[in-house]
Amino acid sequence: MRFRTVTSPHVLETTSVGQVMRRVLYTMVPGVTALCWFFGWGVLINLAIATSVALVAEAAMLTVRGKPLALHLGDYSAVVTAGLLAVALPPLAPWWLTTIGVLSAIVVAKHLYGGLGYNPFNPAMIGYVVLLISFPREMSTWLIPYGLDQPHSMTLLETLQAIFQNTLPARFAPDALTGATALDMLRTKLGLGLTVTEIRNSPVFGIVAGHGWEWATLGFLAGGSWLVYTRTADWRIPAGMLGGLAVISTVFYLIDPQRYAPPWFHLWGGAAIFGAFFIATDPVTASTTPRGRLFYGAGIGVLVYIIRGFGGYPDGVAFAVLLMNIAAPTIDLYTQPRVFGARRG
Amino acid sequence: MSGLFSFHGGLKTVRHKAESNQEAIRTSVLPRRLTVPLRQHIGAIAKPLVQAGDRVLKGQMIGQPDGYISAAIHAPTSGVVTAVDQRPVPHPSGLPDWCVTIDSDGEERWIEREPVDYRRLHPSELRNLLRNAGVVGLGGAAFPSAVKLNLSGHCEHLETLILNGAECEPWITCDDRLMRERAAEIVAGLHVMAHLLEPREVLIGVEDDKPEAIAAMTAACAGTGYAVRAVPTRYPSGSVKQLVRLLTGKETPVDGLPIDVGVQCFNVATAYTVHRAVEYGEPVISRIVTLTGHVNQPRNLEALLGTPFAELVAQCGGYRDGVERLIMGGPMMGFALHSDEVPVTKATNCILAAGVAELAPEQPVMPCIRCGACVEVCPADLLPQQLYWHARAKEFDKAQDYHLFSCIECGCCSYVCPSHIPLVQYYRYAKNEIWAQEKEKQKAELARQRHQARQERLEREKQEREAKLRQKAPPRTEPVAEQPSIETAVARTKAAPAPAPAPAPAPTLVTAVEIDQQTD
Repeated sequence: MRFRTVTSPHVLETTSVGQVMRRVLYTMVPGVTALCWFFGWGVLINLAIATSVALVAEAAMLTVRGKPLALHLGDYSAVVTAGLLAVALPPLAPWWLTTIGVLSAIVVAKHLYGGLGYNPFNPAMIGYVVLLISFPREMSTWLIPYGLDQPHSMTLLETLQAIFQNTLPARFAPDALTGATALDMLRTKLGLGLTVTEIRNSPVFGIVAGHGWEWATLGFLAGGSWLVYTRTADWRIPAGMLGGLAVISTVFYLIDPQRYAPPWFHLWGGAAIFGAFFIATDPVTASTTPRGRLFYGAGIGVLVYIIRGFGGYPDGVAFAVLLMNIAAPTIDLYTQPRVFGARRG
Repeated sequence: MSGLFSFHGGLKTVRHKAESNQEAIRTSVLPRRLTVPLRQHIGAIAKPLVQAGDRVLKGQMIGQPDGYISAAIHAPTSGVVTAVDQRPVPHPSGLPDWCVTIDSDGEERWIEREPVDYRRLHPSELRNLLRNAGVVGLGGAAFPSAVKLNLSGHCEHLETLILNGAECEPWITCDDRLMRERAAEIVAGLHVMAHLLEPREVLIGVEDDKPEAIAAMTAACAGTGYAVRAVPTRYPSGSVKQLVRLLTGKETPVDGLPIDVGVQCFNVATAYTVHRAVEYGEPVISRIVTLTGHVNQPRNLEALLGTPFAELVAQCGGYRDGVERLIMGGPMMGFALHSDEVPVTKATNCILAAGVAELAPEQPVMPCIRCGACVEVCPADLLPQQLYWHARAKEFDKAQDYHLFSCIECGCCSYVCPSHIPLVQYYRYAKNEIWAQEKEKQKAELARQRHQARQERLEREKQEREAKLRQKAPPRTEPVAEQPSIETAVARTKAAPAPAPAPAPAPTLVTAVEIDQQTD
């Protein structure tokens, strides 16, 4: 009898890239739910726009590059990129803003660099940074979270009109809907010479960090923990990033607690938790050695603090991640594990 | 009893042991024709001692060990040698190799068998006896055991002698059954090994999914001072360096052997054959083979070396429908065969007929997403994703910088890869390319040396001829000293334009041909 010959191993585990990506999407649900609660329909509409644009762009680029369409659309990587970017956008971001962001992410950051597995920079963060630099006004117009000032009550139709036609319902005063985020306020008020304690009294702040935001953060922490527990994401990256952020923020807090926000505010505020578990853990652009991932994460944590405290933007996760993306290959080179049987030292 | 150590990485794989380990070992039916490969071991191929038409007895040496790292080959039964030629053998390359084909006479007439008292033999005599009995490692690598039983040149004193009964590959149960049924003989063989190596301690490592084997071995070891250690069921615990680490905590150096850290390791089945060789004078002519997977009655057979796989399959009720691959060895490290018309060798521990159910579903290969799942499972602490990157780009220098040759090809990385990249295949490819390049380099260096030698020789010959010419010239010129101009002009025209090719064209040609043949 004749048989086919294939090299070993002849048995494999039933995992796939698609499974990994889908797991990331599932674990975003709790955080996204909280965001919907506090910011309304806009979050879901952004997700829908981003996902649709991402899939069309992905399909177009795959066709142009002559790659099998079904196989690569089925890996869900474009959906994950779209999801991560959409979550980071303001809930009433105009449709074209989301579209430009997603196109920058999928077409430029991902496919022009060689597609899945070859992109040196986190595509979602490239998309985000393109928007942040090009459209600063649109990117900083955040809805006031539900429960502050006035009941948040835009209907689905009103939200759609806001996103697609740029018209706000007449019953709201022009500036009544939007306001500064906690990190924004901390930044501007510190600049005005106020102390952290004075700023903390603003209703924008909740129990630990920004009102409303802190619940979304809790959701992302829950989902992120599941990612780490199932080993979909390496624990070292979030541990490194939050550890780095915690250390540097504690140092400054101890130096002057009135000028520097406490570490728990930094850890829980802004996109730190979301970034640590969902953005920095993108394996393609992260460091790939076990030790390197700790350094990579810690580098992001430190950079986030520096950008928040001393840079020109209220939050710095996107820039920090992109900067460390550049450093990843070098980190890998110097953090190779000691091979079994090699001399120690 | 000291605790166990651990090694990095490894996997909980599928097990599939129960299919074949329920039934006792059966002796396989004597086949009509046996094809006995002369190379069943690592090292030099055995020199054939028989030719077509010779009658042989069971256990008669038909292949003589050639050089230090080699092992003898014996006739598995009595009969007539019908051919000594190249036949298909179970090898990943699929290439044929030299075999002795024996038509059995059905009488099973043995040679004169002489038991020996190993305690009275000089160690070198005892090692020679084992070498001539064809004892090699039966775990799969088939390294000549006599070489490993010689400490001289390595260390003064052996710390630990390890018997490997881990059998960590899925599906395989031949060592499990052997330990359950013939524990006393294994321990008897272990006595012989311990006698030669004089280790400080003797440890037997068995994966803890084989409680019956552990019990049998423990009972057989009672009063000997040998310790049976249950090691966690975690592939590849049976890999030598990993088992040494598990049992002793010692790390075998990257470019070294366990002996470099004072440990020597043998398979349980090897110990069994040592016992048979010493106590009964029986050379290695059979081994236990697990037949499992998509066969109707999976079981272990004690098969004569040279028995075609197809006959063993027939003795297990034949194939079930839908066999996709025939694998020699386990599913993690074994290799797929083209055909079942190949003989059992000393390395054949398992014949796995794999159907769709036993195999991983074929899935499209995706790009590496650098997730690092492979790093988590690599027992050699390598970075498989980086090795893959460089092997794929044919950057073999960089692959070596990432310690390509520390890879034991256990398959853990491929097993967990979510992108379904055949990682091990890339590493094998890179290793082969590097070996080929090394060979090329050596060849080129040899050719360069030869060319240089030839140039020097030609130059020397030319000078010798010129010297001769000069010597011959005076007697001729002296008598006719009055007309030197014509004579010298003629001599000059004859000698000057083509001095080299004219006098000695033939030898030059021959050397060129010789060089061609030698460099081929």
